[in-house]
Amino acid sequence: MGISGEDVMSSDAQKGMPDRLEGLAEDLARAFKDLDCLVERSNGEVTLVVPAERLTDVATRLRDDEPFFFQELIDVCGVDYSVYGQSEWQTDSAPDTGFGRGVQPVGQLESKQSNRFAVVYHLLSISNNIRLRLRVFVDTEQPIIASVISIWQSADWFEREAFDLYGILFDGHPDLRRILTDYGFIGHPFRKDFPLTGQVEMRYDPHQARVVYEPVSIDPRTLVPRVTRDDNRYLSEDNAAQDASDA
Amino acid sequence: MPEIRNYTINFGPQHPAAHGVLRLVLEMDGEVIERADPHIGLLHRATEKLAESKPYNQSIPYMDRLDYVSMMCSEHGYVRAIEKLLGIEAPIRAQYIRTLFDEITRILNHLMWLGAHALDIGAMTVFLYAFREREDLMDCYEAVSGARLHAAYYRPGGVYRDLPDRMTQYQASQWVTGRDVEIRNQARQGSLLDFIEDFCNRFPALVDEYETLLTDNRIWKQRTVGIGVVSPERAMQLGFTGPMLRGSGIAWDLRKKQSYAAYDKMDFDIPVGKNGDCYDRYLVRMEELRQSNRIIKQCIDWLRNNPGPVMLDDHKITVPTRNGMKDDMESLIHHFKLFTEGYCPPVGEAYAAVEAPKGEFGCYIISDGANKPYRLKIRAPGFPHLAAMNEMVKGHMLADVVAVIGTMDVVFGEIDR
Repeated sequence: MGISGEDVMSSDAQKGMPDRLEGLAEDLARAFKDLDCLVERSNGEVTLVVPAERLTDVATRLRDDEPFFFQELIDVCGVDYSVYGQSEWQTDSAPDTGFGRGVQPVGQLESKQSNRFAVVYHLLSISNNIRLRLRVFVDTEQPIIASVISIWQSADWFEREAFDLYGILFDGHPDLRRILTDYGFIGHPFRKDFPLTGQVEMRYDPHQARVVYEPVSIDPRTLVPRVTRDDNRYLSEDNAAQDASDA
Repeated sequence: MPEIRNYTINFGPQHPAAHGVLRLVLEMDGEVIERADPHIGLLHRATEKLAESKPYNQSIPYMDRLDYVSMMCSEHGYVRAIEKLLGIEAPIRAQYIRTLFDEITRILNHLMWLGAHALDIGAMTVFLYAFREREDLMDCYEAVSGARLHAAYYRPGGVYRDLPDRMTQYQASQWVTGRDVEIRNQARQGSLLDFIEDFCNRFPALVDEYETLLTDNRIWKQRTVGIGVVSPERAMQLGFTGPMLRGSGIAWDLRKKQSYAAYDKMDFDIPVGKNGDCYDRYLVRMEELRQSNRIIKQCIDWLRNNPGPVMLDDHKITVPTRNGMKDDMESLIHHFKLFTEGYCPPVGEAYAAVEAPKGEFGCYIISDGANKPYRLKIRAPGFPHLAAMNEMVKGHMLADVVAVIGTMDVVFGEIDR
């Protein structure tokens, strides 16, 4: 058996994490300022927003260059931002019959926005013990982005998954097949305009002695509607002070 | 001369060594694997999409059903992501209880892995031994949550309730009567902590027992040494985490490196392998069993001496007490709002990871300020591990595929999600 790591690992490893995140954010801003990248910080995490055409370049440098060394690609996921921030109970008029529980299914999307889809990469640097998130927006009409499989091999299945679920194409991926859905599945199920109940259901037909697909017979229903509350707890300091003086 | 062609065989999805519903399409040259193409998704339930349609708390039970042999660790990852979004932290006693149950879960998982792995490679006995101990630990699950597997015990802001003062006991039945019941209940006379402590005292000898059967066993070594070797560089390239990464000689463990819950107050070591083969990963996991036992003991000592709340007292997020609801209007309203609507975290995103028994289990949540997650991405450790299947088995014999599946510790609940 090898070393048992008292000397290589210590609980102190994470001390000073905020400083190191600050340092990382500064390094990122310095290294990629000429590439139209944007550094965001929230919840003790650093996010780098990368333009799609720069992804390969930025990713290679993040893996190989001082001081980043992000050796591991932990996760890749697709995101569909088309109904971001929309709550199901929003209305401008109050009908005199009151509001029903039932909520109109998210039907026709007005996804005129040019960046409906995004691909989010989570990177981990083993040597520096730090994480980074990359967010890349891709075009709505032609969601295509360069594959990072040549930089991190682990992108293989993660990109297949994002393709399967969101229909985002990864240019340069050698084997971009569906991975999680059924053989012969139609559509990209995690898009926000794909109903939760799905499009087809399957049963065994004794007469034809085979499995048949039919349109779903169940109605979509919402048990708890999606609502957004402006909660007092999250008021900023100034607002709280304002409220206090009003009271 | 006849043309020599590779032979393609289907391995699974109905195969006892496929660990559930793995379908492997193997291209063989004689008995040597040329290419392995795992087909997954047969257990896909769209957990992440379902979570988008539910208030945050209602998805906790789904987490149990992801990796169904390390239930509470998955819950921990999800709950921690929510807590990060909300900017809250569980009380210290809840942190210790989480640590305790994460380690119980690790033992549960590794015992399951050990039994199944050994069974796949031809050692029947270990499986039976491992399940004997799992029984006791599942009773601990039952004692705190009421469920033996799918606990839903961790909640944002703490854990559902404090540890019980009385351990559940066996009752006489048609099959077990009289003196046998007494023997079974011997360790169950005190509290849950007493029961776990008794288990901790017994457990190191039991690990020795498993090791006697396997560690120096000639057949075991022939089947595992030098099989599925992964170099440290490749392990990082392939996105390995947990024992798969440590088996390749990289000292990386989130419990030490990016400590959470009460792990920074615990004294334990991280085993690291040298050769990156199935045997080293076996040794790493066996040592982790002992280290987990060590952590559990420390948690028991602390929990005995430090009573306190196990849930935050913020009823915008956590449920008020039953008694409170009976005589306090506000508690009743909070209760109603929590269960009909849930809570709305601020706009933002968070990724939180825990060291699950199989590797890094992470949850990435995007919140748009609503009472449901806008997007939940579950980073299951088994997913990149299984993706490396082709690389790990290429050039090995067909029988070694079984050893490699075993060493990856795959569970399809989490891989297919």
